[in-house]
Amino acid sequence: MKTDDVVRGIWRENPVLVQLLGLCPTLAVTNSVANSLAMGSATVFVLCGSSVLVSLVRRVVPNAIRISTFILIIATFTSIADMALEAIVPTVHKALGAFIALIVVNCIILGRAEAFASRNTTFRSLMDAVGSGFGFLITLLMMGTVREVLGSGSFLGLPLFGKSYEPWVFMILPPGGFLTLGLLLLGKSWWHARQARAAAPADAASREAA
Amino acid sequence: MTGPPAPPASSPVRLVATLSGAGALAGFLLVLVFQATQPTIAAHKEEMLRRAVREVLKEPARFEEIEVKGERVYAGYDAAGRRVGYAIVAAAPGFQDTVRVIFGYDPATRTLIGMKVLESKETPGLGDKIEKEPFVSEFTGATTPLAGIKGGGAGEGVDMITGATISSRTVIGIINRALDRLGPALAEARE
Repeated sequence: MKTDDVVRGIWRENPVLVQLLGLCPTLAVTNSVANSLAMGSATVFVLCGSSVLVSLVRRVVPNAIRISTFILIIATFTSIADMALEAIVPTVHKALGAFIALIVVNCIILGRAEAFASRNTTFRSLMDAVGSGFGFLITLLMMGTVREVLGSGSFLGLPLFGKSYEPWVFMILPPGGFLTLGLLLLGKSWWHARQARAAAPADAASREAA
Repeated sequence: MTGPPAPPASSPVRLVATLSGAGALAGFLLVLVFQATQPTIAAHKEEMLRRAVREVLKEPARFEEIEVKGERVYAGYDAAGRRVGYAIVAAAPGFQDTVRVIFGYDPATRTLIGMKVLESKETPGLGDKIEKEPFVSEFTGATTPLAGIKGGGAGEGVDMITGATISSRTVIGIINRALDRLGPALAEARE
C-alpha cells in the first residue's frame, strides 16, 4: 500500500480540493504561476521535513505536549524555508510577502503531522507528506495557470497573446481567485459524482448476481 | 480525534525537558541557517539599492553616500566630477501598505532626474501601475513641487493613472514631502 500513501494525497484526499484546507494561500498567492510554484514548493519542503521529524520523535514526545512540539518543528522548517527563499529568489520572496511565514499555520501541515506522521513509520509519513504536498502544489499551479493566463495574458511571465490582448485584471484580483477555486471544486465534485453514478448500477448488478 | 499511541501520563519534568530540548535544537538550527543565508540576503539588498541609485540618477560615473538632516542621501557625480544630483529614498502609506520610492533630484534646476518604486503592495493590475511605464517616466524632468494632473492633458505635471488615483497621489506626495524636508538643505550644500 506504499503507492497509495502518495496517490491518496494527490487525488482522493487532495488537501485543497477535497479537504478544503490551506485555502488562505491558495486564494492569496496564486495570481501568477511563479508565485504558485514558490509557495507550493516551500510548503512541500516544510511538509516533508516536519512529517519525517514528527514520525521520528513520535515515541519520545509525551502526549501532553505533542502539538506544541509539532508546531515548533513546523515553525523551524518554515523559518528555514523563509530565509532560503529570500537568499535564493528575492523577487519571489518579496511577492509572497507574509504568506511564507504563514505556512506555520497551514492546517495541511499540522493536520498531516497529527493525523498521520505521529502514528506511522517514517517512510510512510514521508510518502504521505509527498502526496499531500504535491496535491497542494498541483492545485496551486492549476489556479496560478488559469489566473495568470487570463488575468495577465502570460505564462511564467512570457506573454502569450501579443499586444492586442487586454488582460482580464479581475482574474488576478481576489474575486478571480474565488471564481477559479469554485470552478476547480465544481469540476472535482462533478467528476466524483459521475464516478459514483457509473459505479452504482454495477454494484446493483453484482448484488443481484450473488 | 484521539491522540497518537504515546506513553501514559508523563512527569512534568519530562514535559519541560522535552520542550526545552526541542526549543534549543530549533534555535540552534535557525542560527545556523541565518548565518548561512544572511550575507547573501544583505549583499542582494545592497545591490538592489545600488542599481536603483544608478537608475534614478541616469547612470552617474560614481556616487557616494552622505547624510543630510539625519537621512541617508546618495550624491551622484558625472565623469568630470560635477555633481549631477541626489538620490533620495522616502516612504509613506499607500492604498494597501507602505510604498517606498527612490528618486533622483537636481537642486540646481529643481527638477527630478528619475523615479523608481522600491517596495509596494498596491492592487495588482491597478495600483501596481505606479511601478511601470508610462507612469515612471512621467517623473523624468518633472518640475518640483510636483502637481498631479488628471485626464492625460499635455500640460505641466505628472499624469495620474486612471483607477489608481490614491496610489499615484501617494508617490507624488512622498516626493513632495521629502523635498520639503531636504530640498533647502540640498540646495545649500551645492558645491
